[in-house]
Amino acid sequence: METKQELTGAQMVMEAFIREGVDTIFGVPGGANLPLYDVLPEYYPRIKHYLVKHEQCAAHAADAYARVSGKAGVCYGTSGPGATNLVTGIANAYMDSIPLVAVTGQVISALIGRDGFQEADIQGITIPITKHSELVRDVNEIPRAMQEAFFIATTGRPGPVLVDIPRDVLQQKGEFYWRDKVELRGYKPFSQADPNEIARAAELIEQSQRPVIISGHGVIISQAFAEIRELAEKAGIPVITTLLGISGFPGTHPLYLGMPGMHGMYWNNLAIAESDLVIGVGMRFDDRVTGRLKDFAPRAKIIHMDIDPAEIGKNVRPAAALLGDVKASLKELNKLVVHKDRTPWFNWLEDMRRKHPSIVIRETDELLPQYVINSIYEATKGDCYVVTGVGQHQMWAAQYFWYDKPNSFVTSGGLGTMGFEVPAAMGAQVAAPNDTVWSICGDGGFMMTMQELATIAEYGWPIKFAIINNNNLGMVRQWQELFYGNNIVATPLKNPDFVKVAEAFHILGLRAERKEEVAAVIDQAMQHPGPVLIDFQVKHDENCYPMVPPGAALHETIDQPAYAQTPARLPAPMEVAAS
Amino acid sequence: MSDGTSGIRPHTIIALVEDRPGVLNRIASKWRQRGFNIESLAVGHSEKPGLSRMTFVVDADTNAEQVVKQLDKLVDVVDIRDISHEDIVAREMALIKIRTDRGSRSQIIDIAELFHADVLDVEPDSIIIEATGDEQKINALVNLLKDYEIIELVRTGRVAMLRGPAVSHPHPEEEDQQYERYPGPHTW
Repeated sequence: METKQELTGAQMVMEAFIREGVDTIFGVPGGANLPLYDVLPEYYPRIKHYLVKHEQCAAHAADAYARVSGKAGVCYGTSGPGATNLVTGIANAYMDSIPLVAVTGQVISALIGRDGFQEADIQGITIPITKHSELVRDVNEIPRAMQEAFFIATTGRPGPVLVDIPRDVLQQKGEFYWRDKVELRGYKPFSQADPNEIARAAELIEQSQRPVIISGHGVIISQAFAEIRELAEKAGIPVITTLLGISGFPGTHPLYLGMPGMHGMYWNNLAIAESDLVIGVGMRFDDRVTGRLKDFAPRAKIIHMDIDPAEIGKNVRPAAALLGDVKASLKELNKLVVHKDRTPWFNWLEDMRRKHPSIVIRETDELLPQYVINSIYEATKGDCYVVTGVGQHQMWAAQYFWYDKPNSFVTSGGLGTMGFEVPAAMGAQVAAPNDTVWSICGDGGFMMTMQELATIAEYGWPIKFAIINNNNLGMVRQWQELFYGNNIVATPLKNPDFVKVAEAFHILGLRAERKEEVAAVIDQAMQHPGPVLIDFQVKHDENCYPMVPPGAALHETIDQPAYAQTPARLPAPMEVAAS
Repeated sequence: MSDGTSGIRPHTIIALVEDRPGVLNRIASKWRQRGFNIESLAVGHSEKPGLSRMTFVVDADTNAEQVVKQLDKLVDVVDIRDISHEDIVAREMALIKIRTDRGSRSQIIDIAELFHADVLDVEPDSIIIEATGDEQKINALVNLLKDYEIIELVRTGRVAMLRGPAVSHPHPEEEDQQYERYPGPHTW
């Protein structure tokens, strides 16, 4: 059935949003997308627009909004530089499978292809980093294009879609229509796992003596929280989560082992090397997880569950491949699995965890970044959203924090976008207005997007920023120290006074330079009703361990080198696990 | 272009794609980004309105399974399959312009006849012949003509289809499916 009415192109975009349940847009106006802004008051407050300071942040905010809300995120940019500024954000959403709809204004139809002022071929530019992109040249095509954009973005393996509309097309009038069903003959994201493969997977699980589950982002996207937990508990299999899979399985669950891979737990990397069955659920055997691919899990058969057919067999050859939504696949698989006593395997893991604690915190007077992040955990007990950027602080936030709240960890995994932490915190806060959002920032990344403090102050979002300030591009410095003969080039930073920066943006600024001050400033930040920025002046050359050197295999993981000899303590949840 | 006679056969992949602007750009973008080595590409309208059919050949070292899977992810690619191991008819066409003189013209025409190639254009000092066949045949013809001066050579690349009545891209009417959208709020 079709409904019809006469509307402008810009109104059609709005009507499409309403039908798709969109109530939040992040964007920046400009010449070519002005018609979209012209109609905003008409649709307020059904649709709220948040003015950010840079289009990259509009895309990141919409990305994090999508992760936390479970709905598609929407961002606006104008033609030319507005659109190209979105590119990093779109690429980030593409790599992490986030449903994002980017709507860009384009120069008027008559100027397209003539190098008009602020013209960029954004549809062409975004081809490799979108699930789909379209330039809409006819006003009557807008409803179809918008409906398809949301359909493509939110189904199957989610991803970003770009819709580029020339200004004159946004101003023209046409008949609005909305179809009951999207028809795209070339789009086939739906599949159900083959029952034979499911039966085989169950059989492999039953036969295995040393299985591990590696749970990825797909578990969170398809909300298979209960199902993954049922598989682990019913069959008695320990669970490792990839970076993006963190908070897909309860962080303090006795079967939880933490993260694998480049900065994963030592015991996990050894467990994978030792394992006879790796069950990859909603993950893609990325190089940061597998280490040197040819030596990945050499003794193991692999069960791979994923929704994207192109991921099956891309990096590893599975013995059983369950293609389809992992929630549906897990439900079927769970019917067939049986519990099996694997005491020797769990004893082996316990022993490994005792001998290689991986995440002990050294007892020292220096302010260690791990200590800061663990203190935020102690103060919040994980009842918050944690947003991170990329680098050492991100890895420590993955290692020294236990995520018991489902889907509470928001990070840039695939693309590894520094600066994600600031705009993503905005998107997370808008999606979860009643929750606390902690943004754990690197000092380098923070300075890539810190102009958004102005946006945060304007809207009064009570985000807690914790800058893990080591006055360095820490992860790069670590690589220079370890793999480039300690040739430290272009990584030390002369940072501004972040407390004064916060104050200049009308935000409460706090600082901690010594361990004794940490708990107090965290507490003060949590009591403060508005946004807060804390500058944690941490040890400048702390390295992030464990580490798989680039190109090495998982069993070659370097554990925390000096820690065994230093007085140290285990973070509280680990003590529970070890006892 | 491989000579098609040596060793491992290249893969022949056929695709049915939407006849829309930018489709070729998208497909080429995947090839480039994923490092697929494309030997030839032929594209034109199909028997279905609004859809074009492509035949492309990727070298034997390329992971054809990934080519098919990656391209199948494109919304504009309606159907795609690797037909290298099926019973197919495959042809390409070549136009060859050769320098001639009174002495060589009849020899070239003799060669053309031997290969069932047509003579399209005859000028006092040049001749254009059209040859159709599989790559080996075209290669053999070109090889023989190397005794003369080839001014210009253009080849279409392979086009292919399955033998027999089978449709290469059967397209059943889509049955109603339950669409699982990106879900809402979260609980364990």
